Amino acid sequence: MYDKIFPPKRVVLPSGKTVLERRTRAPLIVLLLSAAIALSVQLTEFSLRVLVTRIDQFFVLIGAMIPPEWSYMPRLWHALLDTLQMSLLGSMLGSLLALPMAVAASSNIVRSRAIVSAAKIALSLLRTLPTLVTALIATFVLGLGPMAGVVAIMLFTVSYVGKLLYEAIENVDMGPFEAMESIGMTRIEAFRYAVVPQVLPGYLSTSLFCFEGNVRYASILGYVGAGGVGLLINENLGWRDYGRVGMIVAALIVTVYVIETVSEHFRKKLI
Amino acid sequence: MTTIERQLLATPRHRLYRTTVAAIVVLLMIWSLTAVSFKDVNESGWNIAVRILTGIAHPDLDLLFNVSAQSVPYLLLQTVAIAFMGTIVGAVASVPLAFLAASNIVPKPAAWLTRLLLIAIRTIPALVYGLMFIRVSGPGPFAGVLTVGITSVGMLTKLYVDAIEELDARVLESMTSIGCTTFEKVRFGIIPQLASVFLSVTIYRFDMNMREASILGLVGAGGIGAPLIFAMNSYKWNQVGSILIGLIVLILLIEWISNKLRARLVQG
Repeated sequence: MYDKIFPPKRVVLPSGKTVLERRTRAPLIVLLLSAAIALSVQLTEFSLRVLVTRIDQFFVLIGAMIPPEWSYMPRLWHALLDTLQMSLLGSMLGSLLALPMAVAASSNIVRSRAIVSAAKIALSLLRTLPTLVTALIATFVLGLGPMAGVVAIMLFTVSYVGKLLYEAIENVDMGPFEAMESIGMTRIEAFRYAVVPQVLPGYLSTSLFCFEGNVRYASILGYVGAGGVGLLINENLGWRDYGRVGMIVAALIVTVYVIETVSEHFRKKLI
Repeated sequence: MTTIERQLLATPRHRLYRTTVAAIVVLLMIWSLTAVSFKDVNESGWNIAVRILTGIAHPDLDLLFNVSAQSVPYLLLQTVAIAFMGTIVGAVASVPLAFLAASNIVPKPAAWLTRLLLIAIRTIPALVYGLMFIRVSGPGPFAGVLTVGITSVGMLTKLYVDAIEELDARVLESMTSIGCTTFEKVRFGIIPQLASVFLSVTIYRFDMNMREASILGLVGAGGIGAPLIFAMNSYKWNQVGSILIGLIVLILLIEWISNKLRARLVQG
């Protein structure tokens, strides 16, 4: 379409050959982008002037968080461990549940088209829901407390690990699988010895990576009443006790850093 | 015993190492199981689950299709706008940070310091930023834009840094040898190598920001989150249904567009 409105330029090479050079699409893209930006600025009341004149407020708050209130730490342990427990359990259950889902969604293993597309649709529907929304629904269904957080994290993990795992299974080298089937193994045995060894390291590594992210997510789930550190953050922000918020954030940063380092070490070993 | 069998037996076993890791994982699993409690689960939970499902099956069509400032389409448009502006703000802020964190551009200690800063930025939960930015700009979508922007910085910078560290320096050397100026080297040597990766990462982040922007309403930072929470807290399940349907359709649509765009970028 674009090529018809702006016909390609003819270039005669020194050898006498003519080639067509397509016109650049940059003006069109720039035009579309600036229209989108203009519309978004309107809709979101974005204003650079407010940003420049009031940004110091942001640093005032950061300043209020430093130094953190160290004496708050003893009361923090319990919530911090709750958060860790929530994300650990959610990630473990989620990655275990992701296994059957991913197998059901791989078109090269399951023959029935209906099952494959149903599993794929279920996974992508799960993935669209923001974790906080699932957590909120879970608090309505399961009551306030860490269980709601566990369920929300589990559902997210199923969708994330499940998607990456079925993509890995679909891209697996099917040669060994066919060979094993042809020497008389059942499909399940062939799957165990031909497909599993190929996808296992990737699966473990994805699960670990997902766990890292989940620790970070788990820390905000308390905001909707799903237990853990989020609840404390919410309370202390409400009371404008920024020293305590600073302490919570500092504790979170250390925890996340430790978990990231450990998980990165094992993920490097796996791949 | 054949050679093959001997080789098989000679492979290192790491049995102690593996048992230790397995034992630790099992212990962690048992420890985390203590979080399980169903003491708060009761009949009403089940009823609510059923009502949410019926709400999704019978959405509030008036809310879903009319065009006022309270309707689902308008709020969704606002959510997209927040995610879009936030991505742009985040991308603009990430580029200089990424160059500061790339160990092949700046000295090691400087890169390490920037990385530490980035970990801190990434770890603070989005909702905390939301509450902090509300102090800056007042409640409303603008606070949402800033929050989405700063939460994007963490991931965007990390992936930009990877691209920068993989820059092919030979291209630059050959350009120096044929006498290109610095500007020409940046324009024809560096930008073409980075542009497609940067764009593709940014589009991916936009896709993720949609989810981020849809929950910011919780703290009063605009978008579809606030109406969703209000509808839930007042048990208006058919409104919840229409908002969830709108949100799911929109996120799937944007994911699809983003996948198409990125596939074209990768192919060149």
